[in-house]
Amino acid sequence: MSARNRIWHIASNTFREAVRDRVLYNLIVFALLMSGASILVGQISIDIERLVVINLGLTAVSLFGMVIAIFIGIGLVSKEIEKRTLYTVLSRPVRRWEFIVGKFFGLAGTLAVNTFFMAVGVFVSLLYVSHHFQKQDGWVLVALYFIILQFLIVTALTLLFSSFSSPLLSAVFAFSIFVIGSFAEDLRGFAGITHGITRWLATGAAYMVPNFSALNVISSVAHAQPVSGQLILYNSAYALIYATMAISGAVLVFERRNLK
Amino acid sequence: MKTSRQVTLVFSLILLGCLAASVVLLRRVDRMRAGTSLEEVLYISSPKALKKMSLGYDGLLADIYWTRAVQYFGSRHHEGAQHFDLLAPLLEITTTLDPHLLVAYEYGANFLAPKPPNGGGMPGRAIQLEEFGIRNNPNEWRLYYNEGFIRYMELKDYAGASDVFARGSKVPNAHPFLAILAGKMAEHAGDQQMARMMWSTTYQTTKDTTVRANAAAHLRALQVDEDVTNLEALAGRFEKQTGHFPSGFSELQAAGWLRGTPLDPLGHTYKLIGDGRVEVREPDDLPFIQKGTPPGYVAPSAPRFLPAD
Repeated sequence: MSARNRIWHIASNTFREAVRDRVLYNLIVFALLMSGASILVGQISIDIERLVVINLGLTAVSLFGMVIAIFIGIGLVSKEIEKRTLYTVLSRPVRRWEFIVGKFFGLAGTLAVNTFFMAVGVFVSLLYVSHHFQKQDGWVLVALYFIILQFLIVTALTLLFSSFSSPLLSAVFAFSIFVIGSFAEDLRGFAGITHGITRWLATGAAYMVPNFSALNVISSVAHAQPVSGQLILYNSAYALIYATMAISGAVLVFERRNLK
Repeated sequence: MKTSRQVTLVFSLILLGCLAASVVLLRRVDRMRAGTSLEEVLYISSPKALKKMSLGYDGLLADIYWTRAVQYFGSRHHEGAQHFDLLAPLLEITTTLDPHLLVAYEYGANFLAPKPPNGGGMPGRAIQLEEFGIRNNPNEWRLYYNEGFIRYMELKDYAGASDVFARGSKVPNAHPFLAILAGKMAEHAGDQQMARMMWSTTYQTTKDTTVRANAAAHLRALQVDEDVTNLEALAGRFEKQTGHFPSGFSELQAAGWLRGTPLDPLGHTYKLIGDGRVEVREPDDLPFIQKGTPPGYVAPSAPRFLPAD
């Protein structure tokens, strides 16, 4: 069996396990949220039905996904150690790095499937409030794509943290990185107004944390503002590079971890 | 098995009973605290701090604050309130969170500008809001139109209104009426004519049914004010010529001064009172009228718009 097949098996098992853990039940909450908002907002506000469906829908997709990425991600390695299933896996011809990469793709796949169903919900709600689709609704797909890119980064970082710390600490680290990453552009701004060593440290920190603010175009697509092709290209490359970097870190730590 | 079913039944009943009791208690607490309105609280008043705290989800937060502003204004307006202290901060937060939320400028300024109880009585804040909107959305001609409208209607600031209409007329795809309004404002055309022109523009250009109904009500009110002025002038001239006021419109018709019985915009006949005054039959259906109401008449706090609008 090739490395690709082994990774595929670990990934599909991770996906199946997430489904068995009723992770996709969040879709019911999401469906209730969207249908409730679509019906209610028209009655309690003025002229923002479409905006709310896009803003609320995409924010919910993003936050639900983040919570899943963090809370499933922190258990990917530790649960396997706790249940001692990791030893069974590693006693077979499976390399440690294949295990980490397989886990990453499994959770990323779960999040992608979850996002797909939520996206269907967003578009159905949009159709309900607008009665027809508009050309600019296509930008919502770009925002959804950027949200998936965010999930890739968070999943990779959560795996990195869970490869060396406890589940609770991993969750705290991952959530903190998400919050700090949302302020990444401000951090660079702060770095710009400082001097000397502080400037170097602030600039270094600003470039180390993932830039989630550039991956958040929810407000602009809600106003039907186009997203440039160049931003799509750069964000895709950035997310892939950052996720690869974090996964590499996770592999390096996990390879050296004493599992006895 | 039987015991298990009994436990299920007992605890289900306890659960439902507690749920009902908690709702009843909460309603009592709400009644006790009716005077202390939780609406009058802005937990975080800094728009910039809120924007940072939104973690990039500022669009949704802006929608929530806009809904809160609408609910706040709606409930206070319904109560006939004289103060709308939270309205301006709520709108400021909304537009800082989402500077492209045009609806907040369009409606928000119209909530802020009119005198209470129809609005917040803050035309200055309304103009500030529109100017902020124009800075962030310089190609939206409706924002210029709204600002000019407020400057004229609430402040009678002809020069300011003319200036803002002129700026708006230069925006791509601006309504051609803006250039005309700019000119008319500059030459101080008659108030009645100007007001009719403004409300007609609003009526023709809005897609919103509430705004259209409001514009239609104002146009009807302008028509009534003009009709009442003309009819009372006619009755006055009749009195000068004959020494007494006409007893009704039929007397004016018989004397050849009127062709038919004059009707208000809703199709009801006007009433000619013995002292030469003219009144409408259904003043509650004609909000915003300045003339033609019975002595001591108090208009309902919230204007009633008709389904036909």
